[in-house]
Amino acid sequence: MEIQPILAALRKHRLATLLIALEIALACAVLCNACFLIANRMDAMRVNSGVEEASLATLQISGFDEKQASDVNARMLAGLRTIPGVQSASVLNSIPFGEHRGRVGITTDPEGKQFGGVIELYLGGPGSAEAMGLKLVAGRALQADDYQPFTGVFPSSAPVLMARELAEHLWPGADPLGKVIWVDKWSYRVVGIVDHLATPAPDWAGRSAPGWSAFVPAQPGPSLAGSYLIKAPPADLDRVLRDARALVAKVAPDTVLDQEGSQTIGDLRAQFFQQDRIMAFMLVGVIVALLLVTALGIVGLASFWVQQRRKQIGIRRAIGATRGDILRYFQTENFLIVSGGIGLGMVMAFGLNLALMKFYELPHLPLHYLPIGAAALWTLGQIAVLGPALRAAAVPPVVATRSG
Amino acid sequence: MFTYYLELALRSLRRNKVLTALMVVAIALGIGACMTTLTVLHVLSGDPIPSKSARLFYPQLDPQDMDGYREGEEPPEQLTWVDGMNLLKAKRARRQALMTGGAVPVQPAQADVEPFFSDSRYTTADFFAMFDAPFLYGQGWNEADDDSKARVAVITRKLNEKLFGGKDSRGQVVRLKDTPFRVVGVLDDWRPNPHFYDLNVGNYTESEEVFVPLSTSRDLTLPRNGSTDCWGRGGGNDGDHMENATCVWMQFWVELASAADAPAYKAFLENYSREQKTLGRFQRPVNVRLRNVMEWLDQEKVVPSDVRLQSWLAIGFLVVCLVNTVGLMLAKFLRRAGELGVRRALGASKREIFKQLLIEAGVVGLAGGVCGLVLAFLGLWLVRQQPADYASLARLDLAMLGATFALAVGSSVAAGLLPALRACQVAPALQLKSQ
Repeated sequence: MEIQPILAALRKHRLATLLIALEIALACAVLCNACFLIANRMDAMRVNSGVEEASLATLQISGFDEKQASDVNARMLAGLRTIPGVQSASVLNSIPFGEHRGRVGITTDPEGKQFGGVIELYLGGPGSAEAMGLKLVAGRALQADDYQPFTGVFPSSAPVLMARELAEHLWPGADPLGKVIWVDKWSYRVVGIVDHLATPAPDWAGRSAPGWSAFVPAQPGPSLAGSYLIKAPPADLDRVLRDARALVAKVAPDTVLDQEGSQTIGDLRAQFFQQDRIMAFMLVGVIVALLLVTALGIVGLASFWVQQRRKQIGIRRAIGATRGDILRYFQTENFLIVSGGIGLGMVMAFGLNLALMKFYELPHLPLHYLPIGAAALWTLGQIAVLGPALRAAAVPPVVATRSG
Repeated sequence: MFTYYLELALRSLRRNKVLTALMVVAIALGIGACMTTLTVLHVLSGDPIPSKSARLFYPQLDPQDMDGYREGEEPPEQLTWVDGMNLLKAKRARRQALMTGGAVPVQPAQADVEPFFSDSRYTTADFFAMFDAPFLYGQGWNEADDDSKARVAVITRKLNEKLFGGKDSRGQVVRLKDTPFRVVGVLDDWRPNPHFYDLNVGNYTESEEVFVPLSTSRDLTLPRNGSTDCWGRGGGNDGDHMENATCVWMQFWVELASAADAPAYKAFLENYSREQKTLGRFQRPVNVRLRNVMEWLDQEKVVPSDVRLQSWLAIGFLVVCLVNTVGLMLAKFLRRAGELGVRRALGASKREIFKQLLIEAGVVGLAGGVCGLVLAFLGLWLVRQQPADYASLARLDLAMLGATFALAVGSSVAAGLLPALRACQVAPALQLKSQ
């Protein structure tokens, strides 16, 4: 296929050619960045919580007095353990993707000078660390006598399990075992390191990171009550949670069940990322609409050109061009215009990415998005031009002999 | 001439229905997406109290110790109890109110209504007058009630309907956390958006249902909601000694007689800071802020970044749609070169041809605008289904409705400009010859 005559013809239609190329360029810029944003949201939604989500649920009750707390805990735990299928029931203040009740700023020295960051302290009763399924990678597991009764909001001192990410942040390169973190007057000695434990709001931007958390063992009491962790086989979990919700009215009728907060961890996760999911859907919608509009634009202009050139096509056919030649002519023409648009579009995609990086905390657009976007637009262009091109190929040679 | 051109435009648009439909759909999609996102942005970035927002100010001080001090940093977003009280008592502004948020258990007198929690605001007396809160019955409490820790409450219309069946409930008793409170006023529907006076309880949250004097709430230690930031040996871990703790947890607003008084009030804040520094209470260099409502909302980045991103995407989308429309119109107008040539030959000036084509573009824009409006209503309905706290606010108002049509017609006429300019350049003789 000769490219020279195509270029010569395009030069006659500079404005229209430019418009299609511009449209392709804009589409390319938005497409690459929208896909990148979707990928980013999907990544955020896949965040690892470090707990066995599929087999965990939480039950939240409130509205009881501090003095009743121990009694409520005892009744609830005993009741939960009678539900068939429950493998373990324990008290845990904060829940991944749920309530966060242990967000504190810590220091690594007793004077409170060396700020360590804002972290999550998971405060849990016996059995909760095991139920979460924390994987110990160094140090020792917690023992029964690590769980001590306490007064106040948190225990004043305790041995703790720390997430690896936090340990590496606080003491880079050093052995974290035996080190101590401070929250005002409270001190916690690290006895074990777990592979991963996410904070309840793991995409929390700012002075924190998703894996900055630690587990503090304690005996349930006035400040550790009303928030329960239930473990059951994944297949039974929904039924177990239903039974557990019904149980509250029976064993603790004087308390209020938090309907929204009492969910499986899987459901809490879905709720937590709902906004991101909606945004991802909306981006997909924008991409589809954009491609549709671009394709329609190509169809419209190509149809116009075909009609305008009917006579020339007839002449070409009359002097020996095959239908295939005509078809390929329009396809090549489209390919050239789209290529021009993509060239400009890549530059614009990069510019748009730079702008997004400035206003939203986004990383650089990975380079492999550009060829993928280009391939998508080439395909789109070829599909869109196929209809008009086929109509052009169907123009009979006899047209050449007619006037007008 | 206008009606004739209109008729010509309709005739021409009918002649090629597919092309016309393509243009209308492209504009409708662009306008629909744009108006949906811009309406959300417009609602969210609106002025919550337009009559006064330039005169209401939010003072900030920096009472922290030197630990972690970095020059040029923003002072804390709230005030300590001590500073809040000092500024309140100083009465250097026309009105001032010190406040914090919370939630109280409401125990209805009727046996058939279960006790429930209501969001509450603990504030000093000027709150209602300062924020132009509309009263259905009665009025707010006064300074004497503040000083005497009076057991008085202002409730909202919604709560009044729930508790007293919507009657004038002045003088009635409402039990909050086992304490009887006398109702002194009932607020009419009032929902400033954003919830500017305390963003800690949610940027677009509904207004509180119960208002109680701040002093009373501290006396009874009513449960508090919001943010508390402590430093040093603050000891803000228990709720009982918040008055002495080195913690910020209060919001303080002042109403000045005019925006021009702001520098004087700021000077007063600076003086106050210096004074506290001499007294040894403050350690950091003087670092005060005095922002009005809109500046404060801007500083706190209240509008969700997702909403901004969506608006930009939609605008980008509209641009693509318009470029598309330019292309299609170009095709359409040039195809009619013959017809236009005849009109030119019969004496129509270039200007007239240009006008005719622009009217045709305008008709397409109007049709696109109507369809776009339908799409925008659909889009806003979808937005309202979202779980965000601003979702229920996403409604089209009259201004945005007008803006939709202006945008639709304006942009499609703009899109028609280039093709029309090209089309009216046809040489009449050439066109007539080839026929």
